[in-house]
Amino acid sequence: MTDLIGLTLADARTALLEKRVSSMELTGALLSAMAAARPLNAFVTQTPERALAMAAESDARLARGEARSLEGLPLAIKDLFCTKGVRTTAGSRILENFVPPYESTVTQNLWGAGAVLLGKTNMDEFAMGSSNETSYFGPVANPWRAEGSNQTLVPGGSSGGSASAVAADLCLAATGTDTGGSIRQPAAVTGTVGLKPTYGRCSRWGIIAFASSLDQAGPMTKTVRDAAILLRHMASVDPLDSTSVDIPVPDYEAVVDSGVKGLRIGIPKEYRVDGAPPEIDTLWQKGADWLRAQGAEIVEVSLPFTKYALPAYYIVAPAEASSNLARYDGVRYGHRARDVRDIGELYERSRGEGFGKEVRRRILIGTYVLSAGYYDAYYARAQKVRTLIARDFDAAFTGCDALLTPATPGPAFALGEKTQDPVSMYLNDIFTVTVNMAGLPALSVPAGLTMGGLPLGLQVIGKAFDEAMVLRVGRALELAAQFRAKPKSWWLA
Amino acid sequence: MSVDRETVLRVARLARIALEEDRVDPMVTELNTILGWVEQLQEVDVREVAPLTSVVAQRLKMRDDEVTAGGDAAAVTANAPLVEDHFYVVPKVVE
Amino acid sequence: MNAPVKSSKYIRGESGDWEVVIGLEVHAQVVSKAKLFSGAATDFGAPPNSQVSFVDAAMPGMLPVINRRCVEQAIRTGLGLRAKINPVSVFDRKNYFYPDLPSGYQISQYKQPIVGEGEVIIDLPGGETATVGIERLHLEQDAGKSLHDQHADYSYVDLNRAGVALMEIVSRPDMRCADEAVAYLKKLRAILRYLGTCDGNMEEGSLRADVNVSVRRPGADLGTRCEIKNVNSLRFIAQAIEYEARRQIEIVEGGGTVKQETRLFDSRAGETRSMRSKEEAHDYRYFPDPDLLPLELDAAWIKAIAASLPELPDEKKARFIKDYGLSAYDAGVIVAERELADYYEVMARGADAKLAANWLNNEILGRLNKQGLSIGDCPVSAEANHAIIAMTSDGTISGKIAKDLLDIVWAEGGDPRTVVEARGLRQVTDTRAIEEAVERVIAANPDKVAQAKAKPKLAGWFVGQVMKETGGKANPQAVNAVLKARLELPEEG
Ligand SMILES: [Mg+2]
Ligand SMILES: [Zn+2]
Repeated sequence: MTDLIGLTLADARTALLEKRVSSMELTGALLSAMAAARPLNAFVTQTPERALAMAAESDARLARGEARSLEGLPLAIKDLFCTKGVRTTAGSRILENFVPPYESTVTQNLWGAGAVLLGKTNMDEFAMGSSNETSYFGPVANPWRAEGSNQTLVPGGSSGGSASAVAADLCLAATGTDTGGSIRQPAAVTGTVGLKPTYGRCSRWGIIAFASSLDQAGPMTKTVRDAAILLRHMASVDPLDSTSVDIPVPDYEAVVDSGVKGLRIGIPKEYRVDGAPPEIDTLWQKGADWLRAQGAEIVEVSLPFTKYALPAYYIVAPAEASSNLARYDGVRYGHRARDVRDIGELYERSRGEGFGKEVRRRILIGTYVLSAGYYDAYYARAQKVRTLIARDFDAAFTGCDALLTPATPGPAFALGEKTQDPVSMYLNDIFTVTVNMAGLPALSVPAGLTMGGLPLGLQVIGKAFDEAMVLRVGRALELAAQFRAKPKSWWLA
Repeated sequence: MSVDRETVLRVARLARIALEEDRVDPMVTELNTILGWVEQLQEVDVREVAPLTSVVAQRLKMRDDEVTAGGDAAAVTANAPLVEDHFYVVPKVVE
Repeated sequence: MNAPVKSSKYIRGESGDWEVVIGLEVHAQVVSKAKLFSGAATDFGAPPNSQVSFVDAAMPGMLPVINRRCVEQAIRTGLGLRAKINPVSVFDRKNYFYPDLPSGYQISQYKQPIVGEGEVIIDLPGGETATVGIERLHLEQDAGKSLHDQHADYSYVDLNRAGVALMEIVSRPDMRCADEAVAYLKKLRAILRYLGTCDGNMEEGSLRADVNVSVRRPGADLGTRCEIKNVNSLRFIAQAIEYEARRQIEIVEGGGTVKQETRLFDSRAGETRSMRSKEEAHDYRYFPDPDLLPLELDAAWIKAIAASLPELPDEKKARFIKDYGLSAYDAGVIVAERELADYYEVMARGADAKLAANWLNNEILGRLNKQGLSIGDCPVSAEANHAIIAMTSDGTISGKIAKDLLDIVWAEGGDPRTVVEARGLRQVTDTRAIEEAVERVIAANPDKVAQAKAKPKLAGWFVGQVMKETGGKANPQAVNAVLKARLELPEEG
């Protein structure tokens, strides 16, 4: 095998089963790639010893013919998933030294299926960000650079480390979490596939909470098929999560190649935004043409409340976060400020020192919108707007099987370019956030390059629990797009 | 609705987050920018709309009344900054 | 409807009469093996943090899943309070910081509690009753415990109690004196214990009351109330109310105004005082807990719980009065504890029910009180007492012997009927034996015979002598009859 690290999950699985490669070799190759890719800062914690031990066990099982369905496949895990005995930071100083004595349900499912842990990926602090610049462990670099440019670009966020690791072939696939676009937006700007499942599809147990009613884990992969494979193993019905839904997990891989013939694909007209680069519109049009060429019918649909999704999100998500992050108080775990006089100072300084700027800002916004006298004007109103957004989708889906939209309003931008204006940063999630507000599944597929040579993605949105449909349509786009481009390995220099 | 210094300090106090003096005014500006931007929600007519309680159509899951956890004081205090005899220790709280 | 308040309940101030208005918020610990939202145990007195799950310690990524039994207990209690069970209720987060509140919020029910309006009938001295309205009952988590007096500079936090299910039962301000408040709490406790939903143990904190007290001129609008937190015995509740009412009257009569505040009852000083730590204005920022869905109850489940409800104190009291012919007072004493009522019914079945009630109230409870025991610890079974009463009623033993017999069985155990036979305690009803004893006494005391004939009241002396002569076993009626005939005394009239 010449290019072990470039394998897809599906191909690596076959190679392992056919004994053309061992998990030790595969894992070793990826660990070397990770070590060589330090400039990307994609990992907060690398776990080579654990990885090799897990790979050795997988090889033994493979040898005995007892391979489980992800046997020996090395993965990177976003540092928001608690991993037993492995430091889990959420990209925050406040959890800099936190070692969970428990394993998240999603990662437990993966290890139970034989997967190998390579390390924990960098991310925006507590998943609050769209560029991976809010991490306490420093920003992540996008493996992609514009043609002829040396400028470092952001990988998107908050799952920027996972996106970067997949795009740079530092892992076969990775996990991410998506609260407002945190899987799909980084996937789109790194030329990778990202799937946010239906809310309730993957258990949230053991995933550090940002906004409980929106958070959802999902796969970040090199291909749509790989997303189908990984999602099946991440998803489960979990008695430990009250919002995990009792619907059996189907074999997504089995349907991924079913094609789009006879399907009706909706194009929501409200996703045409003023000021978006023409390349985005062109790509979107191209996507519709690809699907039509494969036998789908393209219909225009309307989602009138789309424009209110992002502002409503920036009430709901910070409100929930302000409460979810109250537990980081320096008492039972995490950063505790030194030399405090009393409990009040312990709280205020531990939290003031432990949280970064964006997290503090969102906690204050969230605290404000829930405080006496403002609840109805902000939080209650935002939740009502959410009802309207959900109704929009219900109505749209009476006339089509899936929706096609752009994934992001533009390609990857430069480090520091949008950090001064929070609202301009928030606008990166304009196409992705609506889906979180309604709890629906959506996939971002790499579909082309900008004139400057940077990847762009298209988004497919499905009905609740119809990830299979989203994957089918995504696979059709992938087939048509023939996206083969790879970033140049500048970080090896 | 716009926030002033005093509001920011009150909210920071409620959230138990120390704000350095030089962070207060920028925070006032940032919060006003964000709140000004979300103000557009006021134009939506929500009079007849119920707030979303859950995006998933599902009944609340219930657990059987069985003891399935606990029994490991060392594990729950392992990450604590200050522990004595398995108690979490904090500066004295005055009632 | 409330019984009209008697003017004797008014407190006389310097400037006239004052009416005290009292409402109670009771926190009752739900009887369950595991906590409300986690699988940790609820036993009292365990070593520090040994009954704490990762959920209770609010570790990152941990999620609540509700305990079905706790929900059932709340419904059962609601039904026992003749209250409305709400088909949909919602769990909210009440946000505040305190070291024994690990997540920074308490999961409680705010706008939509599980149980709505109900009522409790309280028993007042002299067999009167009055009704106290219940405003609501909601489920919530208990907090942990902070120990402040272990160290000069530190507080120690134990989370064993954190997350234990509580029912907060809020009364209407329907009570007008300390006695009524105490009667209410006693009755509420009895109902909870009958239902098996709370053990009512005030020393262990299973039942805690916050007392709201205000004063007003009779018939005037409600005055400003003060809340006295966590008063942990019936005696202290009475003392706290008396003290607080006097304090408020003095303030108002002195030209001041009562400040609404939270106060603490100092049992050593017998007074209430302001709680400084609670002075800070709170803004709890309630919002629905996004980790939990609304709690929807099936009508069939509520119906099944209703069908399984035991006979409650009020019904039992009415039945005891009707079926056993007891006085309201005796019935009230006996039904106060379910075990006592059950004990009584075993004793009374097929026996002289009134005799059984007297026997229980005077002999059994008297002995138990003296030894500080409860009916559950009674060394003599209800069946054994039934036998003693039956033997007394049918003349097998005399009333005097019955008490001796009880002493024997109390100290040594054994079946009363066997003891009676073995020790020859049977009552002598055989007239010949009594006549012989009478003859012996008369022969020995000729002077007394003469006196008795002149003063018939002296016959009593002879009865005593004859009883002594027969070892207490003679039937007193029979002795009387024989003596009267022998001494030629007139019939009593
Ligand atoms: Mg209360
Ligand atoms: Zn309460």
